[in-house]
Amino acid sequence: MGSAILKRLTTLLQRLTAIIIILLAWEIVVRAGILYPAPIPTASRVFGVLVEMALAGTLQKHTVISLGRVFSGYTLAVVIAIPLGLAVGWFKTFERYLDPLLQTLRQVPLLAWFPVFILIFGIGELSKILLIMLAAMWWILLSTISAVQNVDPFIVKTARSMGVSEWDMLRKVVLPSAVPSIFTGLRYAYTEVILVLFAVEMLGANDGLGSVMIYGSCHPGPELFMVYSISIFMAIIGLIANYMLVGLERRLCKWKEETGMG
Amino acid sequence: MTKIKAENIKKMFKIRSNGNSKNNGNTSKELLALGGVNLSINKGEFLSIVGPSGCGKSTFLDLVGGLTKPNEGNIYIDGKPVNGPGLDRGIVFQQYALFPWRTAIGNVEFGLESKKIAKNERIEIAQKYLSLVGLSGFEERYPYELSGGMKQRVAIARALAFDPDILLMDEPFGALDSQTREILQRELLRIWEETQKTILFITHSIDEAVFLSDRVAIMTARPGVIKNIVDIPLSRAVRFEDDVRTSNEFVRSRHELWGLLKEEVVKAQQIGVKTTLKISSSEKAVAQGEAWT
Ligand SMILES: Nc1ncnc2c1ncn2[C@@H]1O[C@H](COP(=O)(O)OP(=O)(O)OP(=O)(O)O)[C@@H](O)[C@H]1O
Ligand SMILES: [Mg+2]
Repeated sequence: MGSAILKRLTTLLQRLTAIIIILLAWEIVVRAGILYPAPIPTASRVFGVLVEMALAGTLQKHTVISLGRVFSGYTLAVVIAIPLGLAVGWFKTFERYLDPLLQTLRQVPLLAWFPVFILIFGIGELSKILLIMLAAMWWILLSTISAVQNVDPFIVKTARSMGVSEWDMLRKVVLPSAVPSIFTGLRYAYTEVILVLFAVEMLGANDGLGSVMIYGSCHPGPELFMVYSISIFMAIIGLIANYMLVGLERRLCKWKEETGMG
Repeated sequence: MTKIKAENIKKMFKIRSNGNSKNNGNTSKELLALGGVNLSINKGEFLSIVGPSGCGKSTFLDLVGGLTKPNEGNIYIDGKPVNGPGLDRGIVFQQYALFPWRTAIGNVEFGLESKKIAKNERIEIAQKYLSLVGLSGFEERYPYELSGGMKQRVAIARALAFDPDILLMDEPFGALDSQTREILQRELLRIWEETQKTILFITHSIDEAVFLSDRVAIMTARPGVIKNIVDIPLSRAVRFEDDVRTSNEFVRSRHELWGLLKEEVVKAQQIGVKTTLKISSSEKAVAQGEAWT
């Protein structure tokens, strides 16, 4: 028991080493005045600002707004892209008709959609959520399609020999086979979504963490430190999100052999 | 009594040949894999097919399994033409093809689910078949936790569990080491005796064919047809004796088969030099594509 806890602590420490070193170096370099007069706060000051924002309640308010956008867009993307990817990957006819369209749409730079959405849906929440959805969608869609196209043909043959219906084939064979690669797509999608979230909130929003960042960067005073604080905060949120995705993946893919070493 | 009857089965594959530049681009060629296979298999019989690589053995097995359709000819099971897969036939491939996300018992249950059998009965049946293949106690293991031999045992249990009359096996022991292979051959004989299935078995090994089969059919180089059928004069009891492989009957059968097979292998190599090299890469893509349609 005791040794198990010790072991976990050691691994945790191992994993944090590099981060701690960087933070310490940051603190020392700034305090030593090497970077003077660049407007860089010390690491401790950056976390201090974060705490101040939390105490004032602004951090929570904007976090909820930003994560709400991420969650809506991401969920929409998952709900649309996974079934669509299964269909396009599995049914030849579907692919023939849809693939050219998807390939073309994919070439449009993501942010170029934003003005289009604004023209159509106005500058409200809908445009932002749609853009975030689009950002997540390509990764999920493409990873699902390629996962489906790479399902082991012998597994498919075996299932077919046991007389499964087309629906069961999708549900009980194709989807589970595809799950590991879909998760890779889900993780890339999250990264893309955060990128777009910030672009959207910086370009056209007066709330959300991205807008706080823009606000901070336009003010020379201590507000400027918020730029760093929000960046660090997003990194932490990203870590948590990734951790949750990996946890879900582990649970759903416990049948997969672990690879890698050391 | 005839269980499976193949009448003049021909199977053609379209292959893309992008070799000749004068045709400028992709032309599609046809490859005759099976050139009129006639074969009858009796109820309860163990029949093996041997033949050179690429002669169409797997193609024939897929046709009997109803996974593909012949271009000409018909296959009958119990007198009724085959027009699709069905739970009267279980298939075992060399590649095991287990569902990696299902445990051993989950794999065995798969076919039972198609039969709409209730969960607890499914578990009971699956357990019975896992123990038949000697895997009691491994129910909750995932395929990655099993050795090659154990995986193939699961695949065999899975094919038997929904109680098909016919077992179709495409080089099921081809990927196993020789000891495991011999053990599984004996177990298959035992299972065959216990379950009274009709077995169509494909192998590269003459030794394996003689050891297991009532009759062995030799297929010619592509386009594959049945060249000969050889009776194996070994009783079921004799096969379980330790020195069966050195018995006169065994050696004689093996010799006879090898004599018949040899020239086909040489022929296949000649065809191979001419065509396989040219088409091999596109072939794989086509083969995969076909699995989806
Ligand atoms: N889907 C396909 N598309 C195109 N050609 C195919 C396809 N399946 C098989 N072939 C070709 O048909 C011929 C017979 O193939 P098959 O797999 O039946 O041979 P086999 O006797 O099982 O060979 P092996 O002993 O190596 O397994 C080969 O030339 C092969 O390349
Ligand atoms: Mg084969």
